[in-house]
Amino acid sequence: MRTIVSLRAGIFKPGRFSFLAIGLGFIFQTAFLSIRGHALGRCPLTNLFEVLIFLAWSIALIYLLIGPAYRLSLMGAFTAPLVFTIQVFALLAPIDVRHEVKLPPNSWLEFHASISMVAYGVFALACIAGAMYLVQERQLKTHQLHSIFYHLPPLSDLFAAITRLLWLGFALYTLGLVSGFFTGHPLPRVQVVAAIVVWLLYAAILQGRHFHRLAPKRVAALCIAGFGAALTLLWGITFSAQGHSLP
Amino acid sequence: MNLFCVGLSHHTANVETRERFAGRGESEYILRNSGCAEALLLTTCNRVEVYAASEKRVSTDDIVRCLSREDKDGSAVIDRRYSAPAFYRYENEKCVQHLFRVASGLDSMVVGESEIFGQTKKAYESARASGAAGPNLNRLFQRAFRVAKQVRTHTDITRGLVSVGSVAVDLAQRIFGNLNNCKVLVVGAGEMSERTARALISRGVTDLRVSNRSMDRAQELTRLIAGRAIPFDEWPQQCSEIDILITSTSSESPLLRPENLGPMLRDRLDRPLFIIDIAVPRDVDPRVNEIEGVYLYDIDSLQSVAEQSLALRRQQVAAAEAIIVQHVADFGAKISLGPSWEASAEHPSIGESPLRASEL
Repeated sequence: MRTIVSLRAGIFKPGRFSFLAIGLGFIFQTAFLSIRGHALGRCPLTNLFEVLIFLAWSIALIYLLIGPAYRLSLMGAFTAPLVFTIQVFALLAPIDVRHEVKLPPNSWLEFHASISMVAYGVFALACIAGAMYLVQERQLKTHQLHSIFYHLPPLSDLFAAITRLLWLGFALYTLGLVSGFFTGHPLPRVQVVAAIVVWLLYAAILQGRHFHRLAPKRVAALCIAGFGAALTLLWGITFSAQGHSLP
Repeated sequence: MNLFCVGLSHHTANVETRERFAGRGESEYILRNSGCAEALLLTTCNRVEVYAASEKRVSTDDIVRCLSREDKDGSAVIDRRYSAPAFYRYENEKCVQHLFRVASGLDSMVVGESEIFGQTKKAYESARASGAAGPNLNRLFQRAFRVAKQVRTHTDITRGLVSVGSVAVDLAQRIFGNLNNCKVLVVGAGEMSERTARALISRGVTDLRVSNRSMDRAQELTRLIAGRAIPFDEWPQQCSEIDILITSTSSESPLLRPENLGPMLRDRLDRPLFIIDIAVPRDVDPRVNEIEGVYLYDIDSLQSVAEQSLALRRQQVAAAEAIIVQHVADFGAKISLGPSWEASAEHPSIGESPLRASEL
């Protein structure tokens, strides 16, 4: 909020505020997930509320790991609202419903669930970098340069960040998908098909990128669409998993 | 101790008057001949100002006399009678405020330009080295540098570029980031394109190609800017390789249209092409901007970006003034503590000051 207000007023100063704010939130998220995990005796991914908090935690984790490395000073300003929205929704919506989890804790299952959530976090960051790219690209195309233009990274740097995030997210997601087959439990066909569709979507984006068949603007837009699809899948899995372990 | 400033600037004097005084005085000379306890002379192409501290009042006329290098017998190098009305004078708080505004670029012809900061620093260092600037001016100028730095980092007053050439180069950096690996083609070896090409070279461009109807002129320019000449009928083919195209030919009709550029870009979908069309009439059909990955800027759009930057800077003036007001009040409060504050105050050198030399 602070960054958006200061950008509008034209007095934005790149600093550590976003990084510190997200860092502080990350500590609270970690504490919550740790307490909930101990209480449940398993990875806290048993209902939609926990899934959303875990997702917000993953996004914050990836931002804290890669944000400074890519020097995307404004990424925090784009990441914080997403984390904030997810958390507010998780806290306000009546979704923290306890239900019996039939499957006993299983290390493969927990690895599958947690690594998939981290992959979602990476895809979320790719989506954010995609949004930043589209904002910057539009300003350059229309010749209307606002205050934010001077704080966003060059298009080439943003595109490089998007590509790396896509590869990282894709590798983690593949790991999560493959580990799902080792859980020792039969997986619902619909979930498997949907997960493979998301995997294929990201594979197609990367393939198009790798063979120069997709313009950067399309890749950026597809990052947003891909994350939308991944979120829909996550939502579907969580709802349909009432009688099944998550995700 | 009174602080005051006497000077003239682009607000009060035309260039002829300003140039009469530019480069004539020295801080030390003014100190010796004006009766001030401390003196510092700041001269730039837009202003000639003397900042001074004195126990008793020193008249504006005395300062102008020193700036005119007038001898005791009244004979002067320049006749000050014609210039005297252009001089202004600021005392104490007004003087502090004026210096803070000058150092922050608020009083400059192009609002927010940062060159004045370096010029002020240079004038300060020179006066300090000669002993003309004492503890009062030291404190005043150290604070001015701090204020200017704060204004620069807390507002967008220095953001954006306000000349056509610098806007073009800045836009290139916003697209490509590092320009070291960018390939640039200049079509039409006019003065404006040469200037833009030179600006790109100064930002790291090494691969530069020049094409001109007259091959001799192309070769002449390539010798000057270390580029490579391309025959004029071959330049369109280069568009599939290059990253930046600068056109400024005198052609009556567009040389580049979507119909001939589009097919050349099919194999380079992930590499943007930045076109700077500074020709009038334009060399590039405006519809080219609709091609994905192509960013076309003609002379009007570059001018419009420059004006947007200037407008953005003007919006920042209020925020910058607020910072200055705060500092003027704080500085005034410390000064009013008088000898006790002066006694406890350090006389910082550049190396010891809270601002590191690199920040200055």
